[in-house]
Amino acid sequence: MSQTVASQTEYNYKVVRQFAIMTVIWGIVGMGVGVFIAAQLAWPALNFDIPWLTYSRLRPLHTNAVIFAFGTSALFATSYYVVQRTCQTRLFSDKLASFTFWGWQAIIVAAAITLPLGITSSKEYAELEWPIDIAIAVVWVTYAVVFFGTLINRKVSHIYVANWFYAGFIITVAVLHIVNSMAVPVSLTKSYSIYAGAVDAMVQWWYGHNAVGFLLTAGFLGMMYYFVPKQAGRPVYSYRLSVVHFWALVSLYIWAGPHHLHYTALPDWTQSLGMVMSVILFVPSWGGMINGIMTLSGAWHKLRTDPVLRFLVVSLSFYGMSTFEGPMMAIKSVNALSHYTDWTVGHVHSGALGWVAMISIGAIYHLIPALFGHSNMYSVKLVNTHFWLHTVGVVLYIVAMWISGVMQGLMWRAVNSDGTLMYSFVQSLEASYPFYVMRFLGGVFIVVGMLVMAYNVYRTVTAKSGSLATDANTQMA
Amino acid sequence: MTSFWSIWVIVLTLACLALIFGLLVWNLKNYTGVEEGASCGHEFDGIEELNNPLPKWWTYMFFATFVWSVYYLAMYPGLGNFAGLLGWTSSNQGVTSIEESKQAVLNAKENGHWVQLDKEFEAADERFGPIFKAFAQQDVLALADNSEALEIGQRLYAQNCAQCHGSDARGGLGFPNLTDKDWLYGGSPDQIKETLLNGRIAAMPGWEAALGEQGVEEMTAYVLSLSGRKVNQKDADAGKSKFALCAACHGMDGKGSVAHNLPFGAPDLTDNIWLYGGSQRAVEESVRHGRAGVMPAWKDILGEDKVHLLTAYVYSLSQDK
Repeated sequence: MSQTVASQTEYNYKVVRQFAIMTVIWGIVGMGVGVFIAAQLAWPALNFDIPWLTYSRLRPLHTNAVIFAFGTSALFATSYYVVQRTCQTRLFSDKLASFTFWGWQAIIVAAAITLPLGITSSKEYAELEWPIDIAIAVVWVTYAVVFFGTLINRKVSHIYVANWFYAGFIITVAVLHIVNSMAVPVSLTKSYSIYAGAVDAMVQWWYGHNAVGFLLTAGFLGMMYYFVPKQAGRPVYSYRLSVVHFWALVSLYIWAGPHHLHYTALPDWTQSLGMVMSVILFVPSWGGMINGIMTLSGAWHKLRTDPVLRFLVVSLSFYGMSTFEGPMMAIKSVNALSHYTDWTVGHVHSGALGWVAMISIGAIYHLIPALFGHSNMYSVKLVNTHFWLHTVGVVLYIVAMWISGVMQGLMWRAVNSDGTLMYSFVQSLEASYPFYVMRFLGGVFIVVGMLVMAYNVYRTVTAKSGSLATDANTQMA
Repeated sequence: MTSFWSIWVIVLTLACLALIFGLLVWNLKNYTGVEEGASCGHEFDGIEELNNPLPKWWTYMFFATFVWSVYYLAMYPGLGNFAGLLGWTSSNQGVTSIEESKQAVLNAKENGHWVQLDKEFEAADERFGPIFKAFAQQDVLALADNSEALEIGQRLYAQNCAQCHGSDARGGLGFPNLTDKDWLYGGSPDQIKETLLNGRIAAMPGWEAALGEQGVEEMTAYVLSLSGRKVNQKDADAGKSKFALCAACHGMDGKGSVAHNLPFGAPDLTDNIWLYGGSQRAVEESVRHGRAGVMPAWKDILGEDKVHLLTAYVYSLSQDK
């Protein structure tokens, strides 16, 4: 306890606390919007004929809120925490760190206003218009200054593996965002991409896939490399494995974008090259999963009593599953079946809800007591409740989308003996309906879990110092 | 691609793969100076790292993907301008018109290139072509009574026509209903087939400049009155006096070009069927700014045999059963 108190004065925990709390709030908002638009797909009347509530405007709001508000807040919180503790030094600049927090929140609010108004660049996951894009670039470069400044000031000789991943993620996201957002403004709210045709599509998916690769994978692997060994109380399984899989992961991911454009006007050589790199990428992706799971050697029994560790380990299983699925879907002949179907949506959500959300939630449950001077959360039981709500929700969601997606792919390609297609598009849509309802229910489970988390976090944050410690043992059972 | 960029792509690709391969091989042996399985000796916030070897099965998978990728890049296009040993391409990429596409198909065949899309089309034509050829020998009226032909026609319709004319063929704003007897270019089998084969372009000019604001309102009133709608009689009379402008296409009685054997596709204005909406506002919009309707030509896309079958299906839609 005394150690924690001492370190609170040494380290900048204020910005970590701010980002950690906002992670929970934006998680509820982003996933809530997701559930609403999932309901619209099953019951289209739910847009109430109001332009701001149409699926086309709320869908980018959902993706931006989940990736950039929820996920990225979690990355800010954990990277600022991890870089301080593993470098044994305070953040490079408190003022700049504070600027990244308020700047990032302002950008999220701007997104939440402009997207429902229909102000969009129409580039997927990069819909925000140019003034907001410039603000993102400024905040992101500041983030890099704070992070790398702290790394330079470190009091230990080596740089811990978690920080390699955070560093790779911060640099690459800056490059991706700036290159893909290059545009010619025609007014304050409208701009046009400086790229044209197939080049524009390629730049967009070079960005799009590496948003997945660096923000949603490398960044969260950084999180994994700190919170899994910390929560398990075990050493990292293999240093050499982390070296090989880190460099292979970052150098292969950047090539993988073209697999989003199979069977399009993109030149054949680009498509094949993207596919080859995506398939090799499977192996280094699993390197991270192996290193995380094997770190639990000798600590497996802790899973029985520690739901936080359960979140972290199950997230690694989903990570392994979706990084196997992704390279398979990048193979052209598999892609011919999966592309444009709900299978893609299922794949994304096994990554987003299974991997990204679960590792973040686990990390936040680890962080909140540490940041607010408690030994554990207000209720470990409620953490466990959240774990099961979330897991059931993710499984419902993914299974619904797998069945629906494969079914759509098969229906679209089924031909009669005369060579005509067996089904029209609307028939495949009708067949998908029950799975859209099932996906909606999965989403409801997940949002209810997030509300349970918010309550638990609120009770922990507002609890008197030391009041939670004694309850721990009774609650653990 | 210029040879500079081609070499750029090849060098970057091979260098990336070689470096990763080298890193993997280098780490198979223990050069760390720390015993295998022991702690590396650094500690970060209480976390230590062990020096365990790479899992064997994992390195085997890594090697397998390397072997496969080298094979794939040798066989298929991928390394810049190198076409791959199979000479495979997905399609004739870069063609910009149907003419260019046809020429490219012929060229590829002559040079023995493996163009995936062409091969698939050829195989499909070989397999399914005779079915449609046989139907094409029969009269449209006979096919319109043939339930098997109509079933196939319905599927062709669902895939190619329903996007505009609707799954139930009842059309929509700007797209004619195919189930009624109101035809823009005639409803005989020959006329329908002509529409499908070569497409139609309808151009209703905008009359704002010629009629003026007042004139547009008066004309709208007259047009609405033709189908028995209650309108301001004074406006309608004023509109009628200028209707000669419209009669060139719609006929003096407003019964449309089909009734007068004219080829313009001008709708009958007296039957209370409205292609672009029958509200006063919609009709006024048509008079003021004109309308442009385009039916694409299907001859080059589906081929004459399939169009023949589709003709029978479309014809059957408006026949009383």
